[in-house]
Order: sequence, then C-alpha cells, then structure tokens
Amino acid sequence: MSTKKRVAAKVNGDAVEFLCEPRQSLLEVLREVLSMTGTKEGCNDGNCGACSVIVDGTLVNSCCMLGVEIDGCEVQTVEGLSKNGRLHPLQKTFLEETGMQCGFCTPGFLMSSKALLDAHPDPNEHQIRHWLSGNLCRCTGYDKIVRAVKKAARMQEAEK
Amino acid sequence: MNKPKKPPGFRVVGTNPIRPDGLDKVTGRAVYGDDFKIAGMLHGHVLRSPHAHARIKSIDTRKALRLPGVRAIITGADFPKPSVPMVGMGEGGHFDMNDAADNVIAKKKVFYDGHVVAAVAADNPHLAEEAAALIEVKYEVLPPVMDVRSAMAPGAPVLHETFNPGAFFMKTIKVLPNASRLELGAGDIAKGFAEADVIVEREFTTETVHQGYIESHICTAQWDERGQVTIWTTTQGAFAIRDQVAIICALPMSHVRVVPLEIGGGFGGKDTAYIEPLAAMLAKKADRPVKVVMSRAESLRATGPSPGTYIKAKMGAKRDGTLVAADLSLAFEAGGFPGGPIAAGTLTSITRYNIPNVRLEGFDVLVNKPKMKPYRAPGATQSHFAVEQLLDELAEKIGMDPVDFRLKNVMKTGDRLILGFPSPPIGGAELLEAVKKHPHYKAPLKENQGRGMAFGFWFGAGLTSSAELSVNSDGTVQMCTASCDLSGTRLTLAMQAAEALGIDVDDVSPTVGDTHSVGYALQTVGSRTTFATGIAVIETAQKVLQEMACRAALLWETDAANINVENGIFTDRNNPAHKFNFKELADKLEHSGGPVSAQSTVTPERVGFQLAALLVDVEVDTETGKVDILRCTAFQDAGKAVHPDFVAGQVQGGVAQGLGWALNEEYWYDAKGHLCNASLLDYRMPTALDVPMIDVVILETPNPGHPYGVRGVGEVPIVPPAAAVAIAIHNAIGVRMDHLPMKPGCVLQKIKDQRAAAAA
Repeated sequence: MSTKKRVAAKVNGDAVEFLCEPRQSLLEVLREVLSMTGTKEGCNDGNCGACSVIVDGTLVNSCCMLGVEIDGCEVQTVEGLSKNGRLHPLQKTFLEETGMQCGFCTPGFLMSSKALLDAHPDPNEHQIRHWLSGNLCRCTGYDKIVRAVKKAARMQEAEK
Repeated sequence: MNKPKKPPGFRVVGTNPIRPDGLDKVTGRAVYGDDFKIAGMLHGHVLRSPHAHARIKSIDTRKALRLPGVRAIITGADFPKPSVPMVGMGEGGHFDMNDAADNVIAKKKVFYDGHVVAAVAADNPHLAEEAAALIEVKYEVLPPVMDVRSAMAPGAPVLHETFNPGAFFMKTIKVLPNASRLELGAGDIAKGFAEADVIVEREFTTETVHQGYIESHICTAQWDERGQVTIWTTTQGAFAIRDQVAIICALPMSHVRVVPLEIGGGFGGKDTAYIEPLAAMLAKKADRPVKVVMSRAESLRATGPSPGTYIKAKMGAKRDGTLVAADLSLAFEAGGFPGGPIAAGTLTSITRYNIPNVRLEGFDVLVNKPKMKPYRAPGATQSHFAVEQLLDELAEKIGMDPVDFRLKNVMKTGDRLILGFPSPPIGGAELLEAVKKHPHYKAPLKENQGRGMAFGFWFGAGLTSSAELSVNSDGTVQMCTASCDLSGTRLTLAMQAAEALGIDVDDVSPTVGDTHSVGYALQTVGSRTTFATGIAVIETAQKVLQEMACRAALLWETDAANINVENGIFTDRNNPAHKFNFKELADKLEHSGGPVSAQSTVTPERVGFQLAALLVDVEVDTETGKVDILRCTAFQDAGKAVHPDFVAGQVQGGVAQGLGWALNEEYWYDAKGHLCNASLLDYRMPTALDVPMIDVVILETPNPGHPYGVRGVGEVPIVPPAAAVAIAIHNAIGVRMDHLPMKPGCVLQKIKDQRAAAAA
C-alpha cells in the first residue's frame, strides 16, 4: 500500500484535484476516483483502445498512463465531447451512420477520431484506418465507423 | 374487432431510424458491467489454476485471510452439489449442471489453464489480487491432452471417469474415454461414390478461437435480509444467468433477480454463468455487495471459446456437376466438459445442398481447454471451411464455374433436408444468381491476386421470448422485453411494435427488463431476437389494439365487431363520423376502463433458415506468405430487413470476424497446456487496417414464420469468409489450404511445398 499523491489537472475544461495511489492508471482514476465511467476498459494493457483519451492534445491509452502523470495536464474524455446539450459532429455521425453496435468501444473510437480530425480535418480512408488501428471493434467490421468519421469531417468543414 | 390488417407496404419496417439507446452510447452515459457501482461494494478477485490438468490436493486460505481488508474467501467447498441434472439453455444446449457448477469453480480436479480454484473479496481490487496470491493450493499435476486426435487416441489422459454427453441441437453417445459421437446418414454412401466421376478427399484442422467481445465479463451481487440475491451483469440472457445461479447456488429461482446491464458484445460467449455464482457466494459470505471483474487474460483463458477441429471430408460428383456423395467425419473440441457445438457443425456442413448419399459423423471431444461455447453460427465456420473448399475443387476438376456448380446442387424450398423434413421457403438459388450478376464476380485481378466465393448456411433459432406493451394517455407506448440488446434490437423491436400499432417509432420507448419485471425469455442468441421477440412484440401489439377497439366500441356504444383498425386509426363500420387516431383513443382509455397494457410469451417454431455468400479478393505476398484482403462483397438473405443499415452492420461485423478467423486468430497452447497468447496483442483480431470496406447486398426471401417475413441475420455472415479466403488463396497462387488460421507461416509452407513439388 502506498501513500496517495495530490494531483491537479483539467478534465474536459474543468479544474479537478484528487488524491490517487501512484500505481493507479489514468483509466482507473477517471473511472473510480472521478466517477467518469464513459472511458472504458477492454484489456488494460494498451491493445484495444477502449480507454482512449486525449492528454494535452495527444491521443493516449489511459490504461497505460498513470494518474499522477496528468498533474498540470489537460485531459479530454468522451464526457466532454458534447457541449451545452449539442452533440459533437462525430457523435451525430456515429449515430446516423450506425457506427456502433454494442457501443462499448464507441467512446474510444470517438476520442481517436477526434484526435484524427484535430490533426487532419479532411482525412482520406487510409488516414482514418491508420488513426483508428489502435482501437478494436468486434461488432461493425469498421466499415460504418470509417463512413461516420468521413461524414463528420465534412460536417465540421461545413460548420466552419 | 377484425384481425388487424397487415399494411400493404411497410411504414416503419425497412427504414433506418436512429436507435433510442444510441445517445447514451455516444456520450458515455450508458451503464455497462463495470460502470455499475453500489455503496459498500467490495471487489472480488479470482484465483485460477496455473495447470491445464491437475488434482487439487489442498487449499490453504489462512495467510490470505489474515491480510487486512480481506472480507471473504470461497473455494469449491462453499458450493452445494446441484440437485438438477440436465438443463436446457436454449441455444446453449443441454448440459449437466454438475459440470456447469464444476466449471464455475473446481471441486476435485482442474480441467484447463485458468479454471477457477478460489475467489477473494476485499476492500479494493488490488488488495483482492494480493490476497489471492497468498492462497496456497497444492496440486497433483496430471498430463494434459490438448487436441482432438490425441484425446481420441488409445492411452490418452482421461479427463472425466464418467460424463454425461451434452446435447447441443442433437444428442451424442459416449464412445471413447474422452469422446461422444453422433451420426447421420442418407442413401448409400458406397453406391454414391461408385456413381461419382470425380472424388476429392482432404483433411482439415482449425484452431480454437475466441468471440473477442471488447467488454469482458463483469457482475455485481448483493443480498437482502430475506435471502434474495440481486445480480447486475453484462449478459446475453438475464434469465439464463438467473437459472444457472439458482441451480448452482441451490436457491429458488424467485430468489435470484438478474438485472442485465448494457452489454459490450457477446457473439454467443456471454450467456454462461462464470463469475455470477462466485460474486453471489462472496457477497453472501462477506455480507456486503461484491463486484467481480474478469480481466482480458481471464476472459481468454477461462470463458467459452469456439472449438478447434479436425475434419476428414470426402465428396463426389458426376461430370455434369451433380453431387452424389459426401462422407464427413468431424471432431470438435468440447473443452474440459462435454457438450460443444459438434452437432450444429455437423448438421450445417452440407445442408444447403441436395446430396443423395451422405454419411456425417461428429465427435465431441474432451480436451484440457475451457468448455467450448457457441460463437456466431456455432460450428458452421469450421465445417464450411472443409466442405466449400472440396466443392471448389470438384468444380475445378469438372471444369465448371463454381457458382454454377453450387446452383446445380443448391437446396430449394421443399427439398428434403438431411434432418428429415422439407426445407421451408429459402432463397439460395436467388442468392447465388445475385453473386454471379454482381460486377465484383468478373472484376479483373492482378498477379498473386485471387478471388474466392463461399456459400454459407445457418439454421437460425426460435425459442421463447416475451414482450409487454403499455399505452400511455398521450398515445406513447412503453415496451419491455427480456431480450438483451447486443446491437440495436431495442430499435428493431420498437419498429415492429410501431408498425403493428400504426404509430411512429419515436412514440415507442423500448427497455430491457430484469428477471423480476418481465416474462421469461431465453437469451439473445441464434439470430433470434428481431425474429422471435419481434413476434412477441407484434402479438402483444395486436392484443393492445384489440382491447383499444373494445374501448372505442364502448365509447361509441356499438359492438366491438364493428370497429375497424388500420394503421392506428379506429373507425366504426356503422357510423363514418366515428373516428379516433391512436393518440385520441389513448387519451380516452383512463375513463373507459383504465389504461391498456398487454403481454405475450411466444415460442415460434417456423424459423427462417439463413443463407449468405461472400466474394473476397486477396493478394498473397509470395515472399512472406502474408495475405491481404483487397475487396469483399457479402450477400445475405434477410427475409425482410427491418433496419437495413443494421442488417448491413451485422453482415460486415460477421465478415470481419470471419476474416480474423481465416487469417490470424488462434489459441496458442504450449505442451503443458498453458495459454501463451492471453492478450489482445497476441490474440490478434482484425483492426481497421486489416479489412477493406465491406459491400453488402441484401436479398429478401420472406420467412412465412414471421408476420413481416423476418429471418435472423446475425450469425451466418461469419460462415463463408474462412472458406472464401482459402479458395481465393488457391486462385491466387494455386495451393490448397487445409488449416485455420491461414497465417503467413502456413501459406509460406504451402508455397515452399509447391516449389519443391515443381522442382521434383
């Protein structure tokens, strides 16, 4: 058993302060300490991407980062995607294009897709598949997810 | 009231509305297994056997119990002996509840790497894990047996001194110390092969694979002072879990309430109680709620994968392309306990073709691996891998187009099945014609590229489903079923309710009930929910309309027989001034006898068979043996596609799983029976870079067993890919594949053998 550390960070724009054990992953901190269960655990060893979040602009598997490492960082999770009751274009297109079935991998795919669109607002199919290759989906065969991301890119462009 | 008329066209069925549960899933609000928490909850950790086959000599929990924060430890000794013998679990088959209880937690012997030996509940998950490591178990290690041929050989290590063969679709009879057998036949096999101009014969092996749902198994159990336990879990069937927990923990069924949470994928793997009885017993002993989470490694080591197989197949045809004989012997792993999907694999192997002389033999073989489970069209992918390749070879030898060859032999409506009854309406010929007509079929290919086509069959399932509908005074409707929603079935069921009631789909609010709130239903398995629960929903809607028609009659002071209902409009045959739409009448229910609700429980018999075909183009790297998938077109008969985008999604998902099975996925055991690749890095499922866009062609041959013609769609798309890829590899580089997965090493070996043969 180890001493808990005090960590101060920003999560989805809100300042948060919490105590966590040095051994706790960012995923565990988000889910158990901050009660933000939108970010999912699929493997806990960095191979499925269900826990994808964005830390200081970089896409990470939150199961492979420690909670204490986010001190002073800005974290984006699926809970922060919609603003004031308005869905993010990716959330809309994942619904419209049926880019999910069981929905368990969806938060991770949404965050990876957001990181992609932040870096490449108009991605081609290969870029989409490359950026999403760290996220496993067992239900869809990826076809409708790729379509949803393409459509969200067009939607974001139109909104500009 | 007249019988509600089927609308001339569909208003709701066949459209693509947005699923009502979707918002929760894109915002992170949806509550899956691990998202559920209750105050005072402890965390469980399961101690698992490191040996594939061993006798448990002793278990010492004293050190672990002394660790501060440890609240309870259970072993096999804490469980009663089940008093119920064989139990039917729908598509899960019939199995011996003693085996089911032993699979939950080992009593005297462990039968596979990862078999549960003990479980701990502690204040936090890390502590529980530390405590589990302090439990001392002494084993007498026994030699394991890891594949079907070794297990059937004389002198093989024996798993169980006695066992009850399971029955999944069909009974098997014990014939060897580790195996039971079934046989089916038609005609005269010797005569059939004597008539054949061309005979092909090959042996095939396939490795164990996992369903690979992204959410693992997670549940939470809590007892009350009356001795009733509530279990929140992620499952394909709340009642299935309830029944198993009740029998394994010796509780009245009414004392077990199972609340299904959102489920992060199942594919056949999530209707067996693995951790639920453990959580229940831990919670009872600790007198606190307990959550048990299976890690990814635990889920791969110790849930219910799909069997590895050995298949010996021989088929014969006449020069004109008529199939005359088939002789198949299939041995499927059962895992550590009997009752794998051998019968389904055997029965589906050739059922899509008319073959007069047939012998089918299946073996359910005990090996030191986890108890095998259904995985999407259980058993069919393996048997089709063999049969479709032999058909391709026969067509090649005869010099016939492979689709024409299949068209010549394809089963049609009314043809007698090997099962002994005529085929219900089926659109196999139409499906194959669609393949031939598709531009993909004749598209050009380059060097080292090849195209394969395979044709797949799955029975589908009916089984028991329940539904309840309640009409609100504003004309909206609550709908509750017991069918867990794996992929959007809340919506496909709400669409059928809306269609039947004549209202908008947005006016139907669908929920999945728990075992205390809705009528009994079997699991969401066998592609049956949109079909069978759909029938329950439509029947219930008809009861609602009937009652509402009586109310209209009461209000209009006429006889109910005079009320006409069409598309949600109630009219009086004798008075054209009398007219209510659904909402207007709903508003009047409270004062005409009270709100209206209705319930139905159905067990439909007339299940529509499922057929699918896949066209796949591959490119083989002849230096490394790596196979890339270039193009896929999937064809499937949906009967009637309730939500065409969802149907396409089911097909794409099944094809992608099939491609993973074809090229990458396998359980890797070492000689001692340890699973060496229990992670998603090493158990390699397809990523977005491994599969192309998957075009889907939906055909609709209505199933007369459903009011709207619906067939199940979920399972059969996984069946053709492995065979289609094997055929594509043959067409690319001229080798015949006989092992799954067709990983680079296997393909490269075939290329080397081919070069050596050419040099010789």
